[in-house]
Amino acid sequence: MSKRGTSRRSVLVGSASGLGSAWIATHWSGILEAQEHAKKAARPGASAKLAFFSPEQALEIEAVTAQIIPTDGTPGAREAGSIHFIDRALATFDRDKQPVYTQGLKDLEAKTRELFQGQEKFSSLTPAQQVQLLKSIERTPFFAQVRTHTVVGFFANPEYGGNAGEVGWKLIGFEDKFNYQPPFGYYDRNKQG
Amino acid sequence: MTKFKPTTQVDFVVIGAGGAGGVMAKELSTAGFQVVVLEQGPYLREKDFQLDELRIRNTPALVNDHALQPNTFRKTEQEKAVLAPAISYGRCVGGGTVHYTATHWRFREIDFVERTRLGPISGTGFADWPVTYADLEPYYTKAEWDMGYSGLGGANPFESPRSKPYPLPPMPMKSSGILLDHAAQKLGLHTAPVPVAILSQPYKGRQGCVHCGFCEWFGCKVGAKSSSLSALFPAAEKTGRCEIRANSYVREISTDKSGRVTGVVYFDEQKKEVVQKAKAVVLCANGSETPRLLLLSKSNLFPNGLANSSGVVGKYLMWGSNASAHGIFEHPLNEFKSVQATRSIEDFYESDPKRGFYGGGRIDARYGFMGPISFALTGLPPDAPRWGSGFKQACQEFTRTMALQAFATSLPLETNNITLDPDVKDAWGLPAMRVTYKDHPDGIKTKEFFRERALEILDAAGAIKKWAGPVGETRSGGHLMGTCRMGNDPKTSVVDKFNRAHDVPNLFIVDGSSFVTSGRNHPTCTIEALAYRAAENIARLAKSGSLKAPVRS
Repeated sequence: MSKRGTSRRSVLVGSASGLGSAWIATHWSGILEAQEHAKKAARPGASAKLAFFSPEQALEIEAVTAQIIPTDGTPGAREAGSIHFIDRALATFDRDKQPVYTQGLKDLEAKTRELFQGQEKFSSLTPAQQVQLLKSIERTPFFAQVRTHTVVGFFANPEYGGNAGEVGWKLIGFEDKFNYQPPFGYYDRNKQG
Repeated sequence: MTKFKPTTQVDFVVIGAGGAGGVMAKELSTAGFQVVVLEQGPYLREKDFQLDELRIRNTPALVNDHALQPNTFRKTEQEKAVLAPAISYGRCVGGGTVHYTATHWRFREIDFVERTRLGPISGTGFADWPVTYADLEPYYTKAEWDMGYSGLGGANPFESPRSKPYPLPPMPMKSSGILLDHAAQKLGLHTAPVPVAILSQPYKGRQGCVHCGFCEWFGCKVGAKSSSLSALFPAAEKTGRCEIRANSYVREISTDKSGRVTGVVYFDEQKKEVVQKAKAVVLCANGSETPRLLLLSKSNLFPNGLANSSGVVGKYLMWGSNASAHGIFEHPLNEFKSVQATRSIEDFYESDPKRGFYGGGRIDARYGFMGPISFALTGLPPDAPRWGSGFKQACQEFTRTMALQAFATSLPLETNNITLDPDVKDAWGLPAMRVTYKDHPDGIKTKEFFRERALEILDAAGAIKKWAGPVGETRSGGHLMGTCRMGNDPKTSVVDKFNRAHDVPNLFIVDGSSFVTSGRNHPTCTIEALAYRAAENIARLAKSGSLKAPVRS
């Protein structure tokens, strides 16, 4: 983790306890809860407990996330822990999205059987078969939802569980810092366009 | 902390703790008056603000919550309005000045006299303002020095005369600014440093900007953003004469038989009704809630809503026009650092009849995203893959991407307005806000014009890839202007040139609703200048005991 200077997130965590208003509590409790879950899940040595998915379902969804942001030369959704982000989200602030996943998992199994005889687990397909299947469902609300969740978790604060080790931020060059001094980029450093 | 009993008749109730409300609270309390400020949102402090993109995306932490206060929307009166989140505003102490970008432009002389210069535009309420730039100049200066703005006076070749420089130097120029300068030079255009209501250096006991990059949509954790929360309310509270009551939602401005305001009725945090008596009311609830509250405050004496003998309350809503384009460059710009925008192109500001339509604005170079999440979801080129290795690759352009954003005019149309929805209610049982809005054809042409200019500028700046989404109709907005327009004629306007309601001598309306035209869609600086000017006049009236005297027009 980049810890030069003050971390932006240390400021975040430090201030969370300062929330006093009842208004905030009602509106943000879901998100705070999700952060708490994810923090526990991410603790070294602690086995990440699932709050919404069964272990079998989690394997299936994780395999989908791993195609949305694949592991190639750099870490992808699998290393980032997207499945934990989605699981906590569905158990907390995105409870209303549960039916999309429940139905989506059924449809995913049906599609797997339909396209690949003798197969019933998306996660057991070859990478090429997985891509082929996802292309056939990429316009469904289920896929759109998994994609959004995967991307949001991958680039959200790591406390939410989907950007473990800040792999999402590192991929794109976003830094976990609260203070910057100029120059900020190449062109202002070199003062030319 | 100062607390007044609701039964005590205080000098002033200020409704809405945003930019204008902050100026009112500070100016009136330091002038020796008792002030109760009623704010519907919470009272958060700098330490409460979260630099957490997911939280800000998912929760209405600093803005209005459409689950509690639904809007309905339609394009024309002939349509049935449907539920849609049309209106966005700051809902906390500090209002929109807490989460806004804080680019902080004065208007120019032309903005107040465009109707005279350009002639009438049929089918619109295009008109001159009853005040001029010269009238407002001292108050622009006062706002800049009182609250703390950073900029470089005189650097903009088109700016109108100023009596004093900015109190603080401009923010350090970002890579996007360097590239914009480069493009301007090639194209023969002119740029200026973007003035911001953010402290480039420590000022009046407040800390300078740390360039964390979390300006737009976030509250400033170090108080360097010159929001009314950080720059004005502390001074108001220090007088011992100002009480800020958060979580207080006003449902009515009350009047007596003589047609004078007597106070307000509001719901407290427990939704219990409270009556606060006051000698005068200053309504600063923003360009959407202000007309709504006036329409809700109808009575036998004011059957069309308070201060609405003209029938103009709620009409002439202007959201301004926007257009944007994005570009990718060879080297990292790191636009996620520091303030949103540091440089703008100023040449297209004035409406030019040669273009064949009314419209003008400025283009600034900026980050343009809330953070990495919004970049990955909305900031990639339209041809980028949506998932897979290609998507991952496209996300890696984050540090090399910049946005150009145009802020431009929209015309005042009587048919664009805020009314009360006949069916939908808010969480307090009050009629929801109904928004009717359709761009004037010149508004669409303005967007198209600026979309094309932005693409040309990106080319000249050396973008290796550039794109711009199609120009669309405006269906929502946060710059809320025009709905209680000021004017000299009580038959065609709601407030006079000092923001006093024509119909009600002890009611003052001070926020974006007073605007006659849309300027160039950066309203806050002018809202604050109008507020300083109005406050000075209100204090004078109160001291001479003539708050309730009939208005001479």
